[in-house]
Amino acid sequence: MVDTSVSLSGLVLDNPIIPASGTFGYGYEYAELYDINCLGSFSFKGTTREARFGNPTPRIAECPAGMINSVGLQNPGVEKVISEELPKLKECFSKKVIANVGGFSLDEYAETCQILDSQEQVGLLEVNISCPNVHNGGMSFGTDPKMAAEVTKRVKAVTTKPVYIKLSPNVTDIVEIAKACEDAGADGISMINTLLGMRIDLKTKKPIIANKMGGFSGSAILPVALRMVYQVYDAVKIPIIGMGGISTAKDVIEMMLAGATAVQIGAANLVNPFVCKEIIEKLPEEMAKYNLNSLSEIIGGAH
Amino acid sequence: MKQEIFVIKSQEKIAKDVFKMVLSGNTDDITASGQFVNIKLDGFYLRRPISVCDYDKNELTLIYKTVGEGTAAMSGYENGTELDILTGLGNGYDTSLSGEKPLLLGGGVGVPPLYNLCKKLVAEGKKPTVILGFNGADDVFYENEFKALGADVYVTTVDGSYGIKGFVTDAMSDIDYSFFYTCGPEPMLKAIYKVSKTSGQLSFEERMGCGFGACMGCSCKTKYANKRICKDGPVLIKEEIIW
Ligand SMILES: Cc1cc2nc3c(=O)[nH]c(=O)nc-3n(C[C@H](O)[C@H](O)[C@H](O)COP(=O)(O)OP(=O)(O)OC[C@H]3O[C@@H](n4cnc5c(N)ncnc54)[C@H](O)[C@@H]3O)c2cc1C
Ligand SMILES: Cc1cc2nc3c(=O)[nH]c(=O)nc-3n(C[C@H](O)[C@H](O)[C@H](O)COP(=O)(O)O)c2cc1C
Ligand code: FES
Repeated sequence: MVDTSVSLSGLVLDNPIIPASGTFGYGYEYAELYDINCLGSFSFKGTTREARFGNPTPRIAECPAGMINSVGLQNPGVEKVISEELPKLKECFSKKVIANVGGFSLDEYAETCQILDSQEQVGLLEVNISCPNVHNGGMSFGTDPKMAAEVTKRVKAVTTKPVYIKLSPNVTDIVEIAKACEDAGADGISMINTLLGMRIDLKTKKPIIANKMGGFSGSAILPVALRMVYQVYDAVKIPIIGMGGISTAKDVIEMMLAGATAVQIGAANLVNPFVCKEIIEKLPEEMAKYNLNSLSEIIGGAH
Repeated sequence: MKQEIFVIKSQEKIAKDVFKMVLSGNTDDITASGQFVNIKLDGFYLRRPISVCDYDKNELTLIYKTVGEGTAAMSGYENGTELDILTGLGNGYDTSLSGEKPLLLGGGVGVPPLYNLCKKLVAEGKKPTVILGFNGADDVFYENEFKALGADVYVTTVDGSYGIKGFVTDAMSDIDYSFFYTCGPEPMLKAIYKVSKTSGQLSFEERMGCGFGACMGCSCKTKYANKRICKDGPVLIKEEIIW
């Protein structure tokens, strides 16, 4: 028997497969299709203090080997997530979940994280710092190491569960941001969020996405994600949840060799709703093929 | 919702750029007219949403227009090709709202989902009237199929090259109806919304990431709640629409 278990800051997962935030809702759409308890964990839809409708539509554009989304963090707000979504999720998922948190000010991040930290179902907090900072001219928290460190400190000060900071790849030096988060007390890093992209409709000669730009993800971004995880692994000691373009068991092994302790799978769920289950079933076979007995032993193996 | 492998039984061109595809496979999860399926195409990242035109236990009929690369590729598939399809998506039309004399209005490739609806309404003993709107004579399809179901059928064309000249709304005024059902381009839906004298159900389109409610790619605001076109729609009731 091969060992697929991994540990994220003390949270032990049966396997490293985690559906990525925004692509798995609050779980129950997929629970109609298969028993989602086979997942290592899952990261729920980015949740903010207040309810958000998000961006105008069209929010989706197809790309070769990927897609652009500009959902804009549509969610019912943290209170409704706790009163309505988490109880429903509990009925179909008995393991700990990852609470993905978005925010537009330091206070908002701290408050939302504090509220979710008190939830027994939540195993760790994943703080998405790709959102624009409304108090700072709309500049993203995730593109400035000082701001990234500030969010980390504020959240750490009010929470007890492990805090993972989710990094944006739309920066010159992602290593610098990751180090700033580690220095500020982050327990781990989640990376990468989507790459800023665009498609133009030749018939209308205008951008397809109503907001013009959106986040590009899917198979095409795997090499970018691998490179960034590899670089950050060299620079920090805290665990990394690696994601970006993963759609096969082979991709999972590759991402772990680059330095990821666990992985998330995003856009691939939307095209093949069974992809996480299929990867989990395929992992032992794929490990055997490369003479691997334990997944946790291969983390960072490419260095 | 179910993921099923379907096999193409036949495919034929029925109007300009419009194809009818008949597939065999398990349709158990299709529970209402106006639902749609989401088709994986080789070489394309996202699936393609297409309305259920008709179905029985092991057969599915789709009608689609080639508007881009994905639908163009579909039109070239040989009989016997296997397709990975998510079936039974969306809410579909509610026939219990129809009253005795429902009016069905379809525009272009908004016509297909009304076919199975019309069949169901006739089977329930209702007397549907159908108005099919197209751009020109080359675009017209399914007039005889609707007639064969026993419905009163009117065809309108924008350029007047076939049937009544004008839009579906131009053919509506003299008809007495108890409820309406429609699917078609948004300007048509809006025009119907404005001139209709009864309540009705309208089917919407949006670009989709998943088609089954997971990504929030297709959200819209209604008077009562935010809805996902793919899961809480594509059919909305007139009274909840914000226009
Ligand atoms: C619920 C629903 C039911 C539909 N039913 C039918 C039908 O019965 N018959 C039919 O001919 N068409 C139908 N459509 C529209 C059909 O999905 C598009 O024409 C098709 O996806 C175009 O694909 P393409 O690759 O040829 O075009 P491209 O423009 O190359 O496609 C690029 C991307 O945009 C998306 N896209 C493009 N146009 C549309 C559109 N109008 N709506 C949604 N997504 C779009 C594609 O799915 C793809 O992801 C329906 C759409 C929806 C949402
Ligand atoms: C439709 C969609 C919605 C997303 N929403 C969120 C979100 O709410 N919060 C977040 O941190 N990341 C969000 N993401 C980013 C993913 O979690 C993931 O980081 C990214 O898509 C890269 O992985 P992938 O290539 O496997 O999709 C979203 C991605 C997609 C495709
Ligand atoms: S397309 Fe994903 S929620 Fe509707």
